[in-house]
Amino acid sequence: MNIIKEQNFSVSEPLKLKSGKVLKEYNIVYETYGQLNKNKSNAVLICHALSGNHHVAGYHEHEEKPGWWDNMIGSGKPINTDKLFVVCLNNLGGCHGSSGPTSINNDTGDSYGFDFPIVTVQDWVNSQKKLMEHLNIQKWQFIVGGSLGGMQAFQWTLDYPKHVNNAIVIAASPKLTAQNIAFNEVARQAIMSDPDWSNGDYLKYNKAPKKGLALARMLGHITYLSDISMAKKFGRDMKQDKFNFNYDVEFQIESYLRYQGEKFVDSFDANTYLLMTKALDYYDPINENDFIEKITTAVAKFLIISFTSDWRFPPSRSEEIVKTLINYNKDVSYACITSDGGHDAFLMKNDNYFDVMRTFIEANKDG
Amino acid sequence: MVRKDFKLISKWIKSDSKVLDLGCGDGSLLKLLNEERNVTGYGIDSSIEKTIKSLDKNINVINADINNKFDLFLEKSFDYVILAQSLQVVNNPVSLIKEMLRIGDEAIISFPNMGYWKSRLYLFINGRMPVTGELPYSWHSTPNIHLCTITDFKDMCHLNNFSIVDEMISNNKDENISKSYFSNLMGASAIFRIK
Repeated sequence: MNIIKEQNFSVSEPLKLKSGKVLKEYNIVYETYGQLNKNKSNAVLICHALSGNHHVAGYHEHEEKPGWWDNMIGSGKPINTDKLFVVCLNNLGGCHGSSGPTSINNDTGDSYGFDFPIVTVQDWVNSQKKLMEHLNIQKWQFIVGGSLGGMQAFQWTLDYPKHVNNAIVIAASPKLTAQNIAFNEVARQAIMSDPDWSNGDYLKYNKAPKKGLALARMLGHITYLSDISMAKKFGRDMKQDKFNFNYDVEFQIESYLRYQGEKFVDSFDANTYLLMTKALDYYDPINENDFIEKITTAVAKFLIISFTSDWRFPPSRSEEIVKTLINYNKDVSYACITSDGGHDAFLMKNDNYFDVMRTFIEANKDG
Repeated sequence: MVRKDFKLISKWIKSDSKVLDLGCGDGSLLKLLNEERNVTGYGIDSSIEKTIKSLDKNINVINADINNKFDLFLEKSFDYVILAQSLQVVNNPVSLIKEMLRIGDEAIISFPNMGYWKSRLYLFINGRMPVTGELPYSWHSTPNIHLCTITDFKDMCHLNNFSIVDEMISNNKDENISKSYFSNLMGASAIFRIK
């Protein structure tokens, strides 16, 4: 197995954001897997979700766990790096190397912190386009994303129709519902009501709102699983075989959630979390003024995938995308995968899911 | 091997038309219509395994239950909505056909004829529900919950004001006997075009 190294792309050309603000300069960290062919017709862009990053597959040096979607991407896997050239970047506003709240603002010499501008899905797509040009790629043969990543894949087909041949949109939604936004708001409030958040300037004081971020992650994590998967994995299992009649961890699910929360705060920035949830909340391309114009010129072929037990973005939400695409006569296929895995099913191995991915990619790759 | 009813259906389809195939199975009909008539459109099938087979043929396929996913389609957005050999498995044939005519200009429906002499003879001699090559299931384990004869089908069309544009009824020698007075007795399978 080849060791994967991350790469850097520094952009000095300003990026005008949807909010009206301008990012004067920025850095994008990314990884690539496989080889770009002579015709440059085998490039694949992977877009990450809320807590993802650019390290999507393979191993860094001295790393025991591979990238976050290693079961999907690699030699002989559905996104087969023997044939495809795969690119994944850390989105702007992230906390894994691309410009974001933890990086240094050259105007002040300090980290951006809470001052980092709120970026949207459209802004991400624009910055991804810059990376595409940097890599001398004219067209993505596939853009693939799950959840918030699926929204980016969809947005590409609207904003840069000539630069995408196929978009694979997994466990996504055309917009968030009130319930989705409500979950995001509770997560944000958990972070912002932590005294260590310090009005967003915690980095200055060498602190972090760990309790708040862990709570946000615990809440999020519940919505990524399903009732049935939690029942199967934990049920009412206890750490000890008796009630202690106190508020310490007693049930295994409590222990698991606390562990997930604590693990998360070590690798994730709270301001990034706030920003990512906002990008989700704002996303609603179908109700933008220029949607009809954009969808009319979209030429990509679409594969939409949903999972039966996903209640964060259930199949009915994916079907809204399917319906829109059908109504505008787009080439679209849709697969609803039976799974207990909840929203996180898009990250899990599943025979039907992987066969759908493999078959669609094989049938639509160049040559 | 291309199914006989697919070849017959293809004869009715105008070139470059837009087609929706309900219960599209492995995508064979749409592939044939693509090759012979340059159609565009979609197939629907509730089976994920069959959906994967359609994807393999590069067919646009929607993996959903045809009984309750009609809200995906706008009114009169297809030239033809096809239901090939699946009428007998749907929950409510009349409301399904109404939906087909809402979203398509024409509906094309093929089904096995229970009035065929072999089925009649099977029931007459054995006193049991017919189990044949085309309908190989026992009555208690069959997905075929709405079997009918050609006459039944025509009655249903009349009752619901569906107008029959054309029909092809095949005997066991694959001859079209739709003009024959005995088509309900001699026809093994039927294809109707309705508006």
